[in-house]
Amino acid sequence: MVVFDKPHALIDVPLHYCPGCTHGIIHRLVAEVIDELGIEGKTIGIAPVGCSVMAYNYFNCDMIEAAHGRAPAVATGVKRADPENHIVFTYQGDGDLASIGMAETVHAAARNENITVIFINNAIYGMTGGQMAPTSLPGQVTQTSPYGRDTKHCGFPIKVCEMLSELEGPEYLERVTVNSVKNIRTAKKAIKKAFQNQIDGKGFSLVEVISSCPTNWGMTPQAALKWIDDKMIPYYPLGVYKDRSAEKEAE
Amino acid sequence: MAKLTFKTDNCKGCGLCVDACPKKLLRLAQDKINKKGHHPAEITDQEQCVGCASCAMMCPDCIIKVER
Amino acid sequence: MADKVLMKGNEAIAEAAIIAGCRHYFGYPITPQTEVAAYMAKKMPKIGGCFLQAESEIAAINMVYGVSSAGKRVMTSSSSPGISLKGEGLSYLAGSDLPALVVNVQRGGPGLGGIQPSQSDYFQATRGGGHGDYHMIVLAPASVQEMAELTVKGFDLADKYRMTSMILADGTMGQMMEPVSLDFDIKPAPEKPWATTGTKLEREHNIVNSLSLVPEELEMLNMKRYERYKQVEENETMYEEYMVDDADIVIAAFGIAARVSKNAVNEARKQGIKAGLIRPITLWPFPKAPFERAVEHAKAFISVELSMGQMIEDVKLATSCKVPVTLCNRVGGMIPSPEQVLKSIIEVNNGGVE
Repeated sequence: MVVFDKPHALIDVPLHYCPGCTHGIIHRLVAEVIDELGIEGKTIGIAPVGCSVMAYNYFNCDMIEAAHGRAPAVATGVKRADPENHIVFTYQGDGDLASIGMAETVHAAARNENITVIFINNAIYGMTGGQMAPTSLPGQVTQTSPYGRDTKHCGFPIKVCEMLSELEGPEYLERVTVNSVKNIRTAKKAIKKAFQNQIDGKGFSLVEVISSCPTNWGMTPQAALKWIDDKMIPYYPLGVYKDRSAEKEAE
Repeated sequence: MAKLTFKTDNCKGCGLCVDACPKKLLRLAQDKINKKGHHPAEITDQEQCVGCASCAMMCPDCIIKVER
Repeated sequence: MADKVLMKGNEAIAEAAIIAGCRHYFGYPITPQTEVAAYMAKKMPKIGGCFLQAESEIAAINMVYGVSSAGKRVMTSSSSPGISLKGEGLSYLAGSDLPALVVNVQRGGPGLGGIQPSQSDYFQATRGGGHGDYHMIVLAPASVQEMAELTVKGFDLADKYRMTSMILADGTMGQMMEPVSLDFDIKPAPEKPWATTGTKLEREHNIVNSLSLVPEELEMLNMKRYERYKQVEENETMYEEYMVDDADIVIAAFGIAARVSKNAVNEARKQGIKAGLIRPITLWPFPKAPFERAVEHAKAFISVELSMGQMIEDVKLATSCKVPVTLCNRVGGMIPSPEQVLKSIIEVNNGGVE
């Protein structure tokens, strides 16, 4: 009996990501969820600009490549074109979602747009070769912060889940990571909930996945996963930041 | 006994599966090089594998199929 | 003959879009096109459509991108500074071969400029507006009736050629009221097998995309797109000729400038000057044929524009600079008067006689 194999929603082609990059794990989790919910035929994914720009080659569902940062606006259009029959997700990195596309992110959340957002936070611009991201940690060395991110000069990282949780709009916000089998299981549950919420018409659901970038962090894949535990999670604590339905039930 | 099948040519030799195996049954084959130029992952003792799929879950390239 | 209704130009665009089957509108407030959004906000919820005020022009054009990807008729409208912001999206729409209708009710520029009428976005519209090699079909209405007609036509052409149609109007056209007939022959939109509507597990996945990293492939995509543009040039060019057959002095003007110029042509004829008018209705593709014919008998051309002279370059190209082309213009929200245009005709005519 097969207990684990590539999900149907993930196309059987080699991924272009660097060795040990966790994008591949997150792609697979999204595809597994699409399979389990039986929604591949009605799902439309929106790829960002960044490392996952070519995500459209990897998912078996219909795919759209958006301009940098504009995925939530494109998703809004696709969803509203046929709200009953379209399941729409965006897959965006930190530069795409939290820098150039911040307005689109905040307003889609504020509108409680009924879409699912998978937000990959690896604290760096990977595709362009490792520049400082809106989520790069204080002191983090990158190509454009070669002496470490100086918060006096260029400010502080943006904590997306915390920030969006202040809005009344969004349905569900959770931060997870994929640096261990246990954490991957939790991440998958969160992603599944984010899609289920859309199916149930509950609205904007965002899962922030703390991810690794061994190449641009200048580490082995193993050290990068440990760096997530040591540096990223203390700054970006994991957990549910908003779950409006659960809050209502609790009341 | 469980069975692991590796899509060896898609392996990038990152070694995350090696660390994930609770029984330490995986290694990167230092004597082999795949099409991409990496030392691919392989299982050292299939008999010992219980098919927990931890390796497959950690694999970013989804190259491991697990059967029980 | 269908009944006519009295409408503002901006409202005529909105109503015509609804008649053409457009059920999705996204926009951001900007003068002088706000009536389009206001009309849509009132109407769309009542007919099962979607009006959404976006957080920016950038978001609005990307929402358009999303609906168009899903194969439905969709539009946005704005005015000059807002169109600059949409430039990115216009380029992506072109790169992904998506149909859309975009309305620019122009105002004076550059920068924040003013809110009075202008035609100074001619270059931006006819040369594409965003980055990369591409064109939009640019339609220039000169009456409220045409605001409506060209909107319907714009949707048809956009779908037929998988490109953006732009209505290039100006503040006068948007604000003026005229009787309009809304009796249109509406063709059903063509099948869109490329649209991302979900595979239903019945076909390979569709991808809407403008990224192409292999230079040979990107070159081929550009070449194929330009073959389609060539078809547009051959089949879809529109213009109006007024007293051009025997004209010595030929005016080129579109939109409000053409209306003013027509009065000046009439007055010139009364004074014995053989003046005529070519009014491009498609600014891209630019109607070269009437200019190529007219240059065989005309002594001179005058380009009448609400800009510092933009269409004049296309007039010079279309006439191969065989005879002089002069500019008669006002800018900054000012409109040339019929007297100014007549004066220009008389001057050019006298110059030609010498």
